[in-house]
Amino acid sequence: MKPGAGLRAYALLYLLFLYAPILLLPVFAFNSGTIIAFPLKGFTTQWFTQMFENASLRQALGNSLTIAVSSSIFATCLGIFAARASTRFDFPGKGPVMGLIMLPLVLPEIIVSISLLVVLLSLGVQLTVLTVILGHTLICMPYATVILSTAFNSLDRSLEEAAYDLGETRWSAFRLVILPLVMPGIISSLLMSFTISLDEFIIAFFLAGNEPTLPTYIYSQLRFPKQIPMIMALGTMLVVLSVILLTVAEYFRRRGIAKTGATDSGGFL
Amino acid sequence: MATGNQTQDRQGLTLIAPPFLYAVLVMAAPLLTIVAYSFLKDGYLTVIREFTLENYRAVWADPIFHKIMLRSLGVAGLVTLVTVALAFPVAYFLSFVVDPRKKSMWLFLITIPFWTSYLIRVFLWKVILGYNGVVNSGLKSLGIIEQPLSFLLYNVNSMVMTLAHAYAPFAILPIYIALEKIDRSLLEAGRDLGESRAMTFWRVTLPLAMPGVVAASLIVFIPTIGDYVTPALIGGGKIPMIANMIQSQMLDQDNRPMGSALAVTAMLIVAAISLIFMAMNRRFLKVRQ
Repeated sequence: MKPGAGLRAYALLYLLFLYAPILLLPVFAFNSGTIIAFPLKGFTTQWFTQMFENASLRQALGNSLTIAVSSSIFATCLGIFAARASTRFDFPGKGPVMGLIMLPLVLPEIIVSISLLVVLLSLGVQLTVLTVILGHTLICMPYATVILSTAFNSLDRSLEEAAYDLGETRWSAFRLVILPLVMPGIISSLLMSFTISLDEFIIAFFLAGNEPTLPTYIYSQLRFPKQIPMIMALGTMLVVLSVILLTVAEYFRRRGIAKTGATDSGGFL
Repeated sequence: MATGNQTQDRQGLTLIAPPFLYAVLVMAAPLLTIVAYSFLKDGYLTVIREFTLENYRAVWADPIFHKIMLRSLGVAGLVTLVTVALAFPVAYFLSFVVDPRKKSMWLFLITIPFWTSYLIRVFLWKVILGYNGVVNSGLKSLGIIEQPLSFLLYNVNSMVMTLAHAYAPFAILPIYIALEKIDRSLLEAGRDLGESRAMTFWRVTLPLAMPGVVAASLIVFIPTIGDYVTPALIGGGKIPMIANMIQSQMLDQDNRPMGSALAVTAMLIVAAISLIFMAMNRRFLKVRQ
């Protein structure tokens, strides 16, 4: 027996355990039975048709896309500032300041959303798509910062200095030298933030007012057994979309690392 | 170089200002507002600006709070234990067995489920464990049972199982990172000095991996204790955890000072437990490489 064969078997079982529930999504999304149970009935695409014809679902999709695109852009912009500051400069209070920026990673979302909700309500702010963007930008910012810090960290500082010596200003050096080098990191950060926002439920649930997003729409339909097959179809679409986005994000992250000549230390975190 | 450092400082501070201000405005200020509310009086639909400790007194005297807080701690503790124990061998496998070129592929495979919709993953467990669900109908069609098993869903065990599944990838990464940092020559030294494989693991690998285990535990424990969806879906709404109680006080009953006091108390309890846990492991955390 090869060393580690037992561990490998365990790891494969573990992966199966991780994926098993997700693998049920397509199984029942294409099953013609109206309840989610075995034995399977026939093959059908009616749940997907039903999904595409559903007007409130289309509205939820529109809202979700608006929120995800805006939050990923805002979070990535803020992340660029944070990553550049933390990798290139030392400044007083750096530890606590970075700690505060990374705090949403560990703070339970219920606390973030309830406290923000209470403040918004007492300020008399109407709950709309905008208030969700506010919250999603906050929770995406730490992820964007981590991804971008890796990108900025692997930069060779002498490239930047060479640009200054050749007469570029600080801004043009940033635009012409640094930005293209960290571009894969930026794309990776945009895609990750987009995925996080698209899937996020709690903040959207509390801050969206009457505007549905895909997860809150799903949540509202779970009470109706008749809708479950369609939700399985929608879930399949969401998961497939997330996996594609993540794969592309991972591709860009690796390309970014390869571009700067560093070795891959693996993983997003 | 004093002036050089000053410009460095200024540039750094200018750059960090936008994300810092955003975090202050959207997170820190609302959190402070909650803390402030918790010391105010509740009037019907308004908040009376008068300092009081009554909310905290009421929270601590409330038997429902005790019950729900203990349940939340119990569930989160159990989930943490299960998740970390199941994750450790996987992290060990990733760090010590997997071919270095295949490591990022394995990490990617493990993290994908974590990024796919949390709500859908929780809901899927309801579909799997439900009265007419996947497990029951599967067992029935195989002829193993005649009546559906009703103990699968709507209890604390199913909540622990769902949460352990949802947070599984969280636990692997910190442990993996800690294992990766271990200087492999230390392990060889252990073997050379006559320790068995198991003893080397126990006396060298495990203590050095402890910072990762501690981080993994906290990363799982803190969000699970604040989980809202699982009690609502898997617990059937009848086994609330602390997040559901806060939400109900704040919104359904519109008692913001009381809800705030609940939230602050829960956060303090979680913070205290995390600090105690870190203090208990401080001899491992001090090890720096």
